[in-house]
Amino acid sequence: MTLRPYAAAHGQLSIVDKLYEINWGLVLMISIIATIGIAMQYSVAGGHWSPWADKQLVRFVLGFALMIVAALVDIRFWLKFAYPAYAVSLLLLIGVEAAGMAHLGAQRWISVGGVDFQPSELVKISMVMALAKFLHGQSVEEVSKPLKLAIPLAMIGIPAVLVAIQPNLGTTIILGLDGAALLFLAGLSWWWIAPTISAAAAAVPIAWKFVLHDYQKARVMTFLDPKSDALGAGWNITQAEIAVGSGGAAGKGFLQGTQSRLNFLPEKQTDFIWTNYAEEFGFVGCIAMLILFAVVIGYGVQTATSARSQFGRLLAMGVTLNFFFYIMINGMMVMGLIPVVGIPMPLISYGGTAMLAVMFGFGLLLSVHVHRQVEIPRHSAGII
Amino acid sequence: MPLFDRKDKSRYATFTRRTLMLTGGMSGVLLVLAGRLYQLQIRNGDEYKVEAEDNRVSQRFIFPPRGRILDRFGVELATNRRNYRVVIVDELASQGSEQALDSIGKIIELTPYQRDKVLHDIKANKKFAQIPIAENLSWDEFARLNLHLPYLPGVQTDVGETRSYPYGTEMSHLLGYVAAASQQDQERDDDPLLSQPGFRVGKRGVEKAYDSEMRGEAGSSRVEVNAYGRVIRPLSDKPGVPGKDVYLTIDCQLQRFAEERLAAESSACIVMDVATGDVLALASTPGYDPNLFNVGITTDQWHALTGDDHKPLINKAISGVYPPGSTFKPAMAVAAVENGLSDLQVFCTGSMTLGNHEFHCWSWKKGGHGHVDLQRGIAVSCDIFFYEVARRLGIDKMAAAARALGLGAPTGIEIPGEQGGLIPTSAWKLAKYGVPWQQGDSLSAGIGQGYVVVTPIQLCTMAARIASGKAVVPRVVHDVGAVRQPRVMPAPLPFSAEALAAVRAGMAAVCQPGGTANTWRITQAGYEMAGKTGTAQVRVITKAERESGVKSDASLPWNLRDNGLFIGFAPVEQPRYAAACIVEHNAPPHPQVAAVRDILLFAQQRDPLRLPASYPVHAAQSATEGQGT
Repeated sequence: MTLRPYAAAHGQLSIVDKLYEINWGLVLMISIIATIGIAMQYSVAGGHWSPWADKQLVRFVLGFALMIVAALVDIRFWLKFAYPAYAVSLLLLIGVEAAGMAHLGAQRWISVGGVDFQPSELVKISMVMALAKFLHGQSVEEVSKPLKLAIPLAMIGIPAVLVAIQPNLGTTIILGLDGAALLFLAGLSWWWIAPTISAAAAAVPIAWKFVLHDYQKARVMTFLDPKSDALGAGWNITQAEIAVGSGGAAGKGFLQGTQSRLNFLPEKQTDFIWTNYAEEFGFVGCIAMLILFAVVIGYGVQTATSARSQFGRLLAMGVTLNFFFYIMINGMMVMGLIPVVGIPMPLISYGGTAMLAVMFGFGLLLSVHVHRQVEIPRHSAGII
Repeated sequence: MPLFDRKDKSRYATFTRRTLMLTGGMSGVLLVLAGRLYQLQIRNGDEYKVEAEDNRVSQRFIFPPRGRILDRFGVELATNRRNYRVVIVDELASQGSEQALDSIGKIIELTPYQRDKVLHDIKANKKFAQIPIAENLSWDEFARLNLHLPYLPGVQTDVGETRSYPYGTEMSHLLGYVAAASQQDQERDDDPLLSQPGFRVGKRGVEKAYDSEMRGEAGSSRVEVNAYGRVIRPLSDKPGVPGKDVYLTIDCQLQRFAEERLAAESSACIVMDVATGDVLALASTPGYDPNLFNVGITTDQWHALTGDDHKPLINKAISGVYPPGSTFKPAMAVAAVENGLSDLQVFCTGSMTLGNHEFHCWSWKKGGHGHVDLQRGIAVSCDIFFYEVARRLGIDKMAAAARALGLGAPTGIEIPGEQGGLIPTSAWKLAKYGVPWQQGDSLSAGIGQGYVVVTPIQLCTMAARIASGKAVVPRVVHDVGAVRQPRVMPAPLPFSAEALAAVRAGMAAVCQPGGTANTWRITQAGYEMAGKTGTAQVRVITKAERESGVKSDASLPWNLRDNGLFIGFAPVEQPRYAAACIVEHNAPPHPQVAAVRDILLFAQQRDPLRLPASYPVHAAQSATEGQGT
């Protein structure tokens, strides 16, 4: 048994030692997935590097560097960095409201120094960090105390509301799921969980009536019956299913997908990239991809359960679950299992902020792994 | 510093337990995704493949050239001509479609209606679709447009094909016409061509009867299209099969002659080869311009056709059902001889009484025909003689002879819409009216009135059968493509030579001094005709009318006047041609007899026996192949 993790716990590792400690298997899986993603960007552009594949490659390279750097940084730094990162994300989100540009009828982008990015992608990671930090300081009993519970709920609620008014239903849902999962892992009492789930179920009709935008309702209605609007909103769902289904067992082959090349697919380079992959690589390729995802998630779970600090555990699971929720919601929506809510497929869909945020998240996961033997006293975190 | 505080131990246990639960949940969701993939790609994959292919591939039909219709000498009766059109593509009209239409309006005539229709079509279609502006342009207009084309962005000219009938009205009932396929056409026939805009199917006449042969098979051009319908690239072209040409037994010149001869009347006239049944002319007047239906008939034009009391849309030669009147008498004469009445003599006083009803001869005012035998009975058309024949034979023997001569049932001519007419029998009347047949019914039938109704083509068939002694069947189609239509050698009629000879002699006497058609006989030696006149009432003459003196036919409204009929064959020795003609409601001047005289003379003068021996159709066919159609 190597002693390096223990050495890392005491800040005695050299950069080379830390590099050796990085979970390169996980890095390899992530790189394979991202490479497939770049190939898909090349494919949906009709076999051209521009306009998407070249940029996606640059972003992956940047994200890769960011991931490795994040992996090498001591987990205690990330603990200290958690709240400032969260605060900056919130400020950027408010900035979107103030100065964001209109995009697809929703305010999601902010331009900083000529570069557009989506603060909503950043806040998913920074919220996980901040929650992990806060919950690190809470015992199982404390988590369920109403006054203590109000703080993490606010930490989830503030960005969720800010994102919801953009409006960006998909990210709101992911923030809620991430936050709920972390509270659950931190030991939230079933006495809270069971009534909350019941109340949520009861709230659905109210949300339908008063909260959801018309376009969101329309999505749900078309989802429930795509044929009702086969040439309108249902068209996207129908065409996406045709793309996936027509891939059959073995797929049509790389660059041979007709649904995307002939523009039958909506948002083909972003949210619906999975349908192009499914069309070109078929059932075999899709199952292989799901296995790659499962392996990445498995690495995440293993990292979380082997970490000695609660912050590390929650951070690792938070990042892993965030990755999983992306896959779940995107996979289900493009294959017609849930309404379309606008969530990209991580590492594969075109999108700079999402790519960098996801890669940074994996960097944190790797850092937890490298620093898994680091112990952090419960009260060293402070409350805020 | 302790390695673990106790509280951390308990929350580590909770964390691990709950992580396992979440991991189980995540696995479950991934399995759901895998299941959905299985459902879409494996279980329903083939259906989705078809749908994706349907999305991708757009099939455009290439219309096959429609087969022509030619006469027995290879003269084109229906053909395809170039259709010069001008179309606009909105997205290419850089100055806007309205501007382009304004410019076109200065080059060719464009009505405000046309202009509005084009603008409407542009809105209703994709921006890259070709919207027709005007069709069937003259060469002059087409040339002028092409000259201006460089200054008309978005405007394109092209050349299509459209049906053309060079002889217009004169062939309308024979050929029929083509028009866009109706809903019913599309339900009956699953050929995808029918649903294509601009495609035409045969609607009447030979065009309808041989539609499938002349239609050919659609070629197709498969192209890949994107989601907006724009063509990305061609995939494959399948050439179509051109339609087959149809060669008729018709002689174009004779047909035109007959039509022109009867143009002023509401009439029908058929000329037939007595040996084969080949129809050389099948005229029905008035006709209509078949080209109207192809380009699209206007409401006014349609109402003019349907409102005309001369019924220009009905092919009277095969669909008109008329009492044959005295033209029925040759059939009666055959029945008389066959049933032992060849030596029958009757004294005609102008009337005879049966029960309490008095039957009159048409000659009753003149005091009757006096002594009448069979030949004279035909020649002078003595009603009393044939009343007596009818009284002695009874309806069933009369009917057997009439039917054997081709009356009372469809002849089977290859033109749609043929009527059967009716030759009554005693059983028929009992079944139809529940009343037994009366001898008075037989007497009416004996002079071609009463229940007896026939079509002109049946009368012509009868004339041909009497002339040839064979059970010829009329036909109008000679070859389809390179395939000669099968012809059955006509069987001899089931009558004695004596019977046929007696009737022919009677019919010859009709066109001799003393005969009813002597005035209109053919005087050229070697071309003489035999025949039988007929005048058929279309109304019942009441007793009161008869006693107060029948009004002269000419004083009645047109549609109540008698029909004039004539059947004939020529030359009288070794006949070659038979003809039948009916002129509606115009009996007294008997234009039908003069018409048949002229037509039979014209036919004989064009007789192939006096021209090259066989039809030169195969020469015409090879010329066709040379043109590559």
